[in-house]
Amino acid sequence: MRVYLFVTCLVDTFFPGVGEGMVKVLDRLGVDVEFPRAQTCCGQPAFNSGYREDARAVAGRFISVFGNALKESRDEETYIVCPSGSCATMLKVYYKELLANYPEQLDKLETITKRTYEFSEFLINVTKTADVGARYDGIVTYHDSCHLLRELGIKDEPRRLIEAVRGLEFREMEMHDACCGFGGTFSIKFPRVSVSMLDEKIDCIVGSGADTVVSSDMGCLMNIGGALSRRNIPVKVMHIAELLAQTGSERG
Amino acid sequence: MGYERINFEADSARAVDDEKLKRALVNVTNRFRSARNKASSEVPGWDELRALGREIKKETIENLDRYLLMLEENVKKAGGHVHWAGDGEEACAIIIEIARKNNVKSVVKSKSMATEEVELNTALEAAGIRAVETDLGEYIIQLAGEHPSHIIAPAVHKTKDDISRLFSEKLGIPYLSEPEELTKVARERMRSEFLNAGMGISGANFAVAETGTIVIVENEGNARLTTTVPRIHVALAGIEKIIPRYNDLSLFLTLLARSATGQKSSTYVSFITGPRRKTDKDGPEEFHLVLLDNGRSGILANEQTRESLYCIRCGACLNNCPVYRKVGGHSYGWVYSGPIGAIINPQLLGIDKAPELPFASSLCGACRDVCPVKIDFPRVLLELRHEVKESKAEKGKGLELFIERLSFRLWRTIVTHEKLYGAISSLMYHLQTPFRGKGGSLGSLPYPLSRWTQDRDFPAIAGTPFRERWKKLKREIGQGGRNRNL
Repeated sequence: MRVYLFVTCLVDTFFPGVGEGMVKVLDRLGVDVEFPRAQTCCGQPAFNSGYREDARAVAGRFISVFGNALKESRDEETYIVCPSGSCATMLKVYYKELLANYPEQLDKLETITKRTYEFSEFLINVTKTADVGARYDGIVTYHDSCHLLRELGIKDEPRRLIEAVRGLEFREMEMHDACCGFGGTFSIKFPRVSVSMLDEKIDCIVGSGADTVVSSDMGCLMNIGGALSRRNIPVKVMHIAELLAQTGSERG
Repeated sequence: MGYERINFEADSARAVDDEKLKRALVNVTNRFRSARNKASSEVPGWDELRALGREIKKETIENLDRYLLMLEENVKKAGGHVHWAGDGEEACAIIIEIARKNNVKSVVKSKSMATEEVELNTALEAAGIRAVETDLGEYIIQLAGEHPSHIIAPAVHKTKDDISRLFSEKLGIPYLSEPEELTKVARERMRSEFLNAGMGISGANFAVAETGTIVIVENEGNARLTTTVPRIHVALAGIEKIIPRYNDLSLFLTLLARSATGQKSSTYVSFITGPRRKTDKDGPEEFHLVLLDNGRSGILANEQTRESLYCIRCGACLNNCPVYRKVGGHSYGWVYSGPIGAIINPQLLGIDKAPELPFASSLCGACRDVCPVKIDFPRVLLELRHEVKESKAEKGKGLELFIERLSFRLWRTIVTHEKLYGAISSLMYHLQTPFRGKGGSLGSLPYPLSRWTQDRDFPAIAGTPFRERWKKLKREIGQGGRNRNL
């Protein structure tokens, strides 16, 4: 089984540890991991802001980079895996909208999207593994990222993975499926509203008594983490790939 | 039309700091939400019913011309009159004309978002006709000179104390603290209004094409009085309120009551087919149905956003919206608020009147989860965002818009050239140094990111991005046995 990582621009630039976590976990499961180096972004920021022409140029590049990667693979079981419900939604749901009038691109898109998975979805539904051999001593709560939950319908997969981690106690927070207020450029266009939504999320995280908050999207986690650190709240922020990569022998 | 003044950014920023409003919104949206969730979970196959509702609405809207003519024909057959209003002004003029012809000096009104939309009360007043709202929530905001802040609970932004003060001040009565006492006062005042009114004006929740019946749901009984006591009944309905068959009502009444208030059925459901018949003991002598376009045919013409017309105005999307729950209805600047307001206000008013609203959403999709006709809000919002950027709707934003356009063009150039992308990220890594705060994250950044760092830290760009770590990683995982170094 071979996986081409689409790490996303956010992970590549700001949170490379998340990509490393994915590699460690997939390697542990015996998956052959590759990283198409020409990848950058999926185009979602422009698409969500209404700049479809710019988004299309970026989407076109994504399709050609990953289309070529898939063509090169001789392994029949080849997939594209991405550590973000939001970027996976862009690829699997909104590329169809964006490229509706470009039939040639749509054909290529189809071969890509049917092999594209968000990370937790891939582990549970393709590798059929919930226990990836992780160990983490801590109390963990999980924030549902909106796109993963509502666009891709993935709710149980990350929870099954988290609950299988040794040494970990899972606590569901109140309003775990409420938006954290990130929403991409929404967080900058309407910062007062965004932060007021975030306040509620932080209250729920703290109220759960967890020492670590886990999610499947670094967009949400940079928002949540940004408030936690500003307010000196000692709750750790962790992407699910980072959590699953833990073996209990890490520093700290 | 006067009262639209959409300035979402400023109004919402003010609203989130209003502690009283915050409490009121949490109370009412939580109450509606849990009632709706309970009521919908009690119905087997609820999601299939929503899907069926959507299918019927879709078919109706796509054949709206045919169904409207059928409705007109059947209303006339039942002895009613049908009027067509292209816009709000026409709708008001038609209603005022009916009032004048009949020498009507005062009217009673039951709750209707369509009459809010066309600002009927203002027009009636200007024509010297007294209009009294008889829905308690509408009565309150009429006294206060305000506009509804929720589709089904217009005075949700007001606390009990606000209302006690308002009644005391406007009605010249002592301060009453009990809701029962306040309701009693309102009821007594209204009773005489009902008896004196020459005309009752209502909206319509549904208009049945097959029979010419209009259906009104309510919980106070005032709409039934409005439509039966005065000599004339006028109903104003948006052209999208139509449903094809009488039998469809069982589905739509279920979807509406359970989604709106969590009731199995609204307390009063009135079915009105034409004026009083010879055998009827009561009812109006004249029945008029005014069908309102006011921008709706524009939505109909737009294939990408047409589903906005499927809405049955239950308000569930408002109660479930994390943005509405923080900012309340008035931030949306016009009659409709929450997710449905964010998609229909710009379409009904013209996109240049409300270019901010499609962006006033985090695209979380919680609205779509509860919509009884499964409107795909995020998709429609994204479509409208695109239309805003393609149009001249934001021309007032000048420089800000220019910078935004330029930024996206620049971003596109960067992310479509891998080497440039790597170089820029490395450059930004070095440029961020002066902004580093505790723990290495960025505590204060220049505009526009200052809008983030005002209340949140921003993550720092990594010294070695993933792409630069990959070679080493690949070597490590490639060294014979897996996980040797991991």
